[in-house]
Amino acid sequence: MIMATYSLNINGTSHEVDVAPGTSLLWVLREHLGLTGTKYGCGIAQCGTCTIHVDGNPVRACILQVDTMAKGQQIKTIEGLSEKGDHPVQQAWITAQAPQCGYCQSGQIMQAAALLETNPNPSREEIKSYMNGVLCRCGTYLRILKAIEMAKEQTSKTS
Amino acid sequence: MGRRQFLKSSGGVALFITASGLLPNILSCTDSKGVERQLTKHDVTAWVRITEDGQITIYNPAAEMGQGSMTSLPLVFAEEMDADWSKVHVEFSPQEADIYGSPGWQPGTKLMFTVGSRTTNSYYSVMRKAGAQARYVLLHSAAAHWQVPITELSTGPSEVIHEKSDKKIGYGALVAYLAMPETLPDFSESGLKDPKDFRLIGSQIPRTEIPEKVDGSALFAIDLRLPDMVYGVLERGALHGATPTLTNEEDILAMEGVLKVVPFDYAIGVVANTLEAALSAKKALAIQWGDAQAKGFNSQEIYPTYAKMASAPEKGKTVNELGDVDRAWRTAAKTYEADFKNDYVYHAQMEPLNAIVQVAQDGQSAEVWVGSQQGPDTKLGIPGLLGIPHEAVKVNLQYLGGGFGRRSMNDFVVECGSLAQAMAPQPVKLVWTREDDVTYGCFRPLTLQRLKVSTDAQGTLTGFSHCVVGDGGNLVASGAGNDHYAIPNQWVEWREASHGVRLKHWRSVGHGPNKFAIEAMLDEVAHNQGVDPIALRRKLMVNATRALATLEKVAEISDWNAPLPEGRAKGVAFVEHGSLGTGVCEISVDRTSGTIKVHRFWIALDAGVVIQPDNVKAQMEGGVIMGISSVLKEQITVVNGQVQQRNYNDYQLLRMQEVPDSIETVILSSAEHPEGVGETATPMVAGAIANAFLRLTGKRLRHLPFTPERVLAVLNS
Ligand code: FES
Ligand code: FES
Repeated sequence: MIMATYSLNINGTSHEVDVAPGTSLLWVLREHLGLTGTKYGCGIAQCGTCTIHVDGNPVRACILQVDTMAKGQQIKTIEGLSEKGDHPVQQAWITAQAPQCGYCQSGQIMQAAALLETNPNPSREEIKSYMNGVLCRCGTYLRILKAIEMAKEQTSKTS
Repeated sequence: MGRRQFLKSSGGVALFITASGLLPNILSCTDSKGVERQLTKHDVTAWVRITEDGQITIYNPAAEMGQGSMTSLPLVFAEEMDADWSKVHVEFSPQEADIYGSPGWQPGTKLMFTVGSRTTNSYYSVMRKAGAQARYVLLHSAAAHWQVPITELSTGPSEVIHEKSDKKIGYGALVAYLAMPETLPDFSESGLKDPKDFRLIGSQIPRTEIPEKVDGSALFAIDLRLPDMVYGVLERGALHGATPTLTNEEDILAMEGVLKVVPFDYAIGVVANTLEAALSAKKALAIQWGDAQAKGFNSQEIYPTYAKMASAPEKGKTVNELGDVDRAWRTAAKTYEADFKNDYVYHAQMEPLNAIVQVAQDGQSAEVWVGSQQGPDTKLGIPGLLGIPHEAVKVNLQYLGGGFGRRSMNDFVVECGSLAQAMAPQPVKLVWTREDDVTYGCFRPLTLQRLKVSTDAQGTLTGFSHCVVGDGGNLVASGAGNDHYAIPNQWVEWREASHGVRLKHWRSVGHGPNKFAIEAMLDEVAHNQGVDPIALRRKLMVNATRALATLEKVAEISDWNAPLPEGRAKGVAFVEHGSLGTGVCEISVDRTSGTIKVHRFWIALDAGVVIQPDNVKAQMEGGVIMGISSVLKEQITVVNGQVQQRNYNDYQLLRMQEVPDSIETVILSSAEHPEGVGETATPMVAGAIANAFLRLTGKRLRHLPFTPERVLAVLNS
């Protein structure tokens, strides 16, 4: 396996990594760059714990190969969602006391933030459908729903 | 209780309460190594650290896996210490059970083990007493400083008050004047705060670790990276316990980044300098697998054998006996009998198993970073593996990305220890892939349960027997009793099977299948007698006042008797698991697809004193969701000894679109000692759904999970 150097634009900063072509973006983020807020849950795009934004769209980092992500795309991870962890979605998450173990929550939050970007006023059914790909074994779904509904109110009030 | 010592330094004062005398040195609290050395040398309890600026650090001795121990235990301490909660910071305590354990299962023993929903229950008195002692030291110091009798002093949030002279001093300011009392009161219940004066316990306090769980900074063991760290993976057999023969070791060692191949009895380990290199090597392993006990075992075909075992004349191991069931059968007006079954289920905690271990070059010490539910050996099997003393191993407990019973077993920690031993002194991070986690999982056992009930001419239950057939002892037997139902003759027995499939406690353990069988059986009797299920249970709970209160309350909040829309029905189930709870669900069934939908769920709970009401509600919500998930969807199957599922694509969990509209919990107020709440909701779900289904369709669901295929088969029967 020959290593190659890739330049990735993550959270507004350019990062160089030397890895084998084909390496999963998830391992690059977590093990090479130390951006460990993005989690590994399944590796096959089934659980959503590794959800990040690429050019604003929520995607599963585990099935993205690093080679395809070094073409200038804007990659955003939970570490880059807000300066102080105070994105309206994150604030609502705290108010709703949504997390239990917390392991799925970066993925949940990234998915929810993307939802409100594209649809600032989603219905309950739209929220459920948009969030369906992110699993939570601790069963925090109802608090996640509540938090998204709170964040949506908040966003519409301030905008 | 002997004397105490304070350890003063610029880093503040750690309040060390010793049973064996004064510590010889003053040491710096910022020197955690030094503190730890002292801790291992002396019988010392250090629960709190106070600095001059009033910041307070309280140690949490329990694992945090989402259940909230990081808040609830320190909160109890802070309550008795009368600390200002806004100044409190929480850290994990060192993993030393002699110092930080709560009373163990045998009298006189201590244990650090976050299992069986025992944390709040077992630490409540420990934390109250320690907090009260800390407050006493502060009071004593203020009395000495002001030269007033201690009896004239009181406390408010983080301050000592002398009302007579209208003087106040904050806990931080008191650090400079700390004085050691000659003796420290033992604080029996009577010396503690009157619960009506609680400021923190029972109020709405946000959980301490939530902010870091929403900004991605909370660290799980899988997130840590140490200097010079390498990565380990194992390939284990889908046939549990099969012995591997690696046939391409040279090719593997020649792969880019691969550092070592480490053979295990049941697996082949690979260590590489990156995770991706380790995973590529794992995929390339050519292994011939030997046989193991499970070979030839087909899980879905075992039930007729179990039924035959249940019918055999020889009795199994007695689990519980009351009165004489044989007499009850002889004198019965009517008897009922039914078999209930449940397939294997898997923990599916979202963070796959992992650990980091570093063994010293000389092999004489080791350090571990892990998310663990702890255990009777707080060093998690590493001293035994390396043949070194307990004190030579340091365990750094991390947050757990879910436990549910899987992380109370050390298999993954010991695996990592073996790899680290081979790589010493480099630290090794062992990662289980999700596929490893599923196929080499430890499951809740498959069982068959034969229940028999007798009634007299008035329809009153006179006898109840429960025969559990399955593998795993207490794993299948827990919860198979009826302490809260007044049935004079009862018999519970376990008949043993063994298949070589790995098994483990799974949230609520035997309570899941057993409460399902019991509660469904009661409704079958109610249905046959034309009696309302709540009325039947009300009669049975005549001697169980607290249980009855949960039944009455849930009937009220769920509006049990209200007419329902067409196609909906409600079902009820009661569970004791430390705390007492009755649940009601409202369901509908899609008769074409066989899909059951749970629309609403209500719980009335008596958990004694509740530390964090909102967190208890969160536990009820999570417990119900995990219950619905396992009851409607989850199933591990074994064919010829091989686990058939590999990942979340074929082991499906409940998703957002399938959740109920609401889960409503009412907590009954109580002054009794706190009871665990983490495992009370999950085992309600199967019974409640089956009972609602019976009322809706007149048909009986007796085999978990209630998959659409099974539901259709029952509807068409
Ligand atoms: S880890 Fe990427 S979806 Fe599960
Ligand atoms: S909070 Fe634990 S998996 Fe979602």
